[in-house]
Amino acid sequence: MLAKHGAAARVLAGGTDLIIQAREGRRDVAVMVDVKGIAEATQLSLAGDGALRIGAATSCSAIYHNKDVAKAFPALIDSASLIGSVQIQARASIGGNLCNSGPAGDSIPTLIALGAACHIAGPAGERTVPVEEFCTGPSRNVLQNGEMLVSISFPAPAAHSGAAFERFIPRNEMDIAVVNACSNVTLSADGQTFTAARIAIGAVAPTPLYVPAAGAALVGQPVSDATIAKACEAAQAAATPITDMRGSVEQRHHLVGVLVRRTINKAVKRARG
Amino acid sequence: MSKRIVSATINGEVNEFLVEPYHTLLEALRNELGLTGSKEGCGNGNCGACNVVMNGQLVNSCCVLGVEANGATITTIEGVAEGEQLHPLQQQFLEDAALQCGICTPGFIVAAKQLLETEQDADEERMRHFLAGNLCRCTGYDKIIKAVINARDVMRSTAGAR
Repeated sequence: MLAKHGAAARVLAGGTDLIIQAREGRRDVAVMVDVKGIAEATQLSLAGDGALRIGAATSCSAIYHNKDVAKAFPALIDSASLIGSVQIQARASIGGNLCNSGPAGDSIPTLIALGAACHIAGPAGERTVPVEEFCTGPSRNVLQNGEMLVSISFPAPAAHSGAAFERFIPRNEMDIAVVNACSNVTLSADGQTFTAARIAIGAVAPTPLYVPAAGAALVGQPVSDATIAKACEAAQAAATPITDMRGSVEQRHHLVGVLVRRTINKAVKRARG
Repeated sequence: MSKRIVSATINGEVNEFLVEPYHTLLEALRNELGLTGSKEGCGNGNCGACNVVMNGQLVNSCCVLGVEANGATITTIEGVAEGEQLHPLQQQFLEDAALQCGICTPGFIVAAKQLLETEQDADEERMRHFLAGNLCRCTGYDKIIKAVINARDVMRSTAGAR
């Protein structure tokens, strides 16, 4: 169906973006293909070794209501439980958030920091793309006509690792991030040294941004305010925000530093258990 | 494009109806089934006035296609009272004057019922958080929250008495 109709066809998952866009005339959709009947697209599978596979159409609430997933991937729950309202979370999917490819998508920095991969199927076969390479611009991604995102896979969390996501919004609920960030850190067995780290930030560039330099600033260094400040500076240096109705360039630069610091501290706390 | 046949259990009764593939569940409920209790506020998932419970989940019916309801079990505001017997939330909204224009009220009651049925010990903070997807432009929310707190207490004491 997707291959036959090309650009006129869209995959329907939770519909919280697509149905609205189509009805408000912001997107020309001749054919919607509901993929929620495909088991692979709605799976939530935690393997024995701790790796996780989430169907692209699996709803946010299905994810945060799964106790095992919530325990193993708390950063994913941070994201899934603040996208929209309870009503939106009952339908909206992580895969949809990713395919919408908004620069401020609240699940995307988390997927990047957790090292997730996108599993894509199309007429030419299947391919796998790291999440940090999926988005190519505002509302743009690597999907070709006829292709669909089927699922997202996460490696098992390393021993002594922890991750956390936060966003800044001027309200308590229901808003689009001015800046968001996720940090995923692995510590030495004694919990005193960073041994690996992945940090991603959102709403400060045309796409959610993976910042390898911020992670590199932590690795091999002791867990301290001074080390964490270096990672924050690296993240701020990578951000290229704009001024718009939600925030200014200066505010966003400042917030990158604040949120990267907070998420690293929270991740360290979770890593130490 | 031709209309599709949809079969769904709505407020305990199996209903078959025709719906355009591009119509929302809200449009189907209001225009095909005459269940006009669910309101269209924003039509884009922000305000919650169209809230229904579908397969055990609280959803905005304006963000669901009618055809997606095929085989589903749905409760609307019309299914909240038992005959002439108002639900404690409905009774409390009246007693606490928790409505003014009333457009948001069906959504608030459906949403609050979902909360109190799944979390009977929900506190005020949890209520305000859970109901963040329901907007009211008249009351300022305090009376709504007060009614939900009082309904929670009524529901708890009734459950305890059983």
